[in-house]
Amino acid sequence: MLLLTCPCCGAEADETELQPGGAAHLTRVGPGAPDEAFESYLFHRENPRGVHIERWRHAHGCGKWFHAARCTRTLEVFGTYPAQITAPPQPIRDAIAAKHPGWAWKEGK
Amino acid sequence: MPKKRYSAFALLREAARYHSGWARAWASPQPKPRYDVVIVGAGGHGLATAYYLGKNHGITNVAVIEKGWLGGGNTGRNTTIIRSNYLQDPSAAIYEKARALYETLSQELNMNVMFSPRGVIMLAQTEHELRGYRRTAHANALQGVSTEFIGPERVKELVPIISLDGPRYPVLGGLWQARGGTARHDAVAWGYARACSAMGMDIIQNCEVTGIRARGGQVAGVDTTRGAIDCGRLGLVVAGHSGVLAGMAGFRLPIESVALQALVSEPIKPCMDVVVMANTVHGYMSQSDKGEMVIGGGADGYNSYTQRGSFHHVEETVRALIETFPIISRLKMLRQWGGIVDMTGDRSPIISKTPLGGCFINCGWGTGGFKAIPGSGWAMAEMMAKGEPGPLAAAFGLERFREGRFIDESVAAGVAH
Repeated sequence: MLLLTCPCCGAEADETELQPGGAAHLTRVGPGAPDEAFESYLFHRENPRGVHIERWRHAHGCGKWFHAARCTRTLEVFGTYPAQITAPPQPIRDAIAAKHPGWAWKEGK
Repeated sequence: MPKKRYSAFALLREAARYHSGWARAWASPQPKPRYDVVIVGAGGHGLATAYYLGKNHGITNVAVIEKGWLGGGNTGRNTTIIRSNYLQDPSAAIYEKARALYETLSQELNMNVMFSPRGVIMLAQTEHELRGYRRTAHANALQGVSTEFIGPERVKELVPIISLDGPRYPVLGGLWQARGGTARHDAVAWGYARACSAMGMDIIQNCEVTGIRARGGQVAGVDTTRGAIDCGRLGLVVAGHSGVLAGMAGFRLPIESVALQALVSEPIKPCMDVVVMANTVHGYMSQSDKGEMVIGGGADGYNSYTQRGSFHHVEETVRALIETFPIISRLKMLRQWGGIVDMTGDRSPIISKTPLGGCFINCGWGTGGFKAIPGSGWAMAEMMAKGEPGPLAAAFGLERFREGRFIDESVAAGVAH
C-alpha cells in the first residue's frame, strides 16, 4: 500500500485516504493557444516507467493538494512538497538522483 | 514451418504412439536482417495483426518481436470476457467485428480457443445505470448488435445465485448480450502464433526493442537486444509500454499506464453459466471451466508499471460481489494478479498512423483489450497494408485528441471489461 506524508498537515496517509491527481507541473495554456498546445496540455503525458512527479489531495484528511515524487516501477516515494511550489525542490531532486543517476528535471512540460 | 493439423484423428494417431509425433506449434528463428513489416509485441493484438496481414493482404515477410514470451503480457492477465454492447458506433463496430470473428476462430486457426458464447449481463443497480443501459440497448439495435434490456426476474432466471435485493444496490435490471461470453486467452495467442508461423512469419521472443531508427522522417528499422532489424513498416502493439516505444519513435501519446487487477477463487461446482458485470460496485465475475470464479477488480488511480495492484481494490471488489452473490462469502481466493493497462484520454483505443512515416500504433485498449483482439488485428493489418486506416480504424486516430472528436465510452471508464 502506498504511503505518502502530507506536507501540509504532516500526517502519513495511505492511499485510501488520498486522491490521485495525475502528472504535476504541466504548462497550462489559455484562450488563444493553438489546438496543438491544448492537446498537449490536456492529453499528452510523459507516462514514465520510473520517476513520476505527481499531484495528490489529502482527501480524507486536511483536504489540501500537494506534490509527490514517486517511482512508477517500484512505488518508491522520494518525498512530498506543497502544491504552491512549481518545480521539485533540491532535496527531492537529490533523493531521486541518488537512485536514478540519469534522471534530470525538465522544465516546461 | 509446415503445420500439422490438429484433429480427433491426430489425437488418436498420437495416442497410439505415445504422443511422440507432436510438432512444435511455432518456430523459434533467429532474426533476419530485414523484414517488410516488423510488429513489436507478440500479444494477442500483435499476433492478430500479423495473421491478418498475411491472410487478408498477402504480406508474409513479417517478424513479430517480443521482449518477454508470447502472450505473457495482458493477453495472459485478463478475465477473458468477450462482448460488444458499446454505446458509440465506432466502438460497437470494432468490438462486434471481433466478437463475430471469435465465433469461428477455433475453426479458422485450427486451435481450440474455447470460445464460449455463454452470455454477458451488465447489471443495472442505480436509476442512472438503468437509463444508461436502456439507451445502450436502443443504440445496439441500430448498430446491428444483438442485445436486450431485461428485468430483474429474468436476471434471477439467468443467474440463480444472485441476490436481487442487495443492501446498497438492488438489481433493477440488466443489459443482456446472449452472444457474448469468454474464451481461453492463452489459446488465442497460441493459435494466432501457430498460424503466423505456418505462413512463414518469424516470431522472435526474448528480444527487446531498445531503439527505433528513422531516416528522413521514415522508419528504417529497430535496434533490439538481438541486433538491428530493418523494416519497411513498423507496427507498435505493446499496450502498457506504448509510451516507452513512442518515446523512442519521437512522439508523445495521450496515454497513462495504471495497474488493473483480477483474482480467482478456489474451484467450486458449476454455479453460474453466464458472465455478470456489476459496474456500479466495480466487480465482475464468471466461472471458468475449471470451476474457479474469475473476478475482475478496479484499476489504481495513479500511474504504475508494477504489475500488481493495491490491496484495497481487492477488498472493495470482493465486498461488492459478496453483496450481489452472498453464496461466495466463504470462498477462498486462490491467486491475484495485476496487469498494466494503457488508458487514453477518452478511454477508447488508438489505431493510428504516427508522426513517423511507416510507423503505426495500436494501443490504448485500457481495461478491455482481450475481447477486441481479432477486430483490432483486422483493422491494424488493413491500415499497415494500405498505409491508411480503413473503416474500422478510421475513428480511432491519434488526431481525435487534437480535434476533439472523442469516442466517449463511459462504460469503459476504468473498470469492468
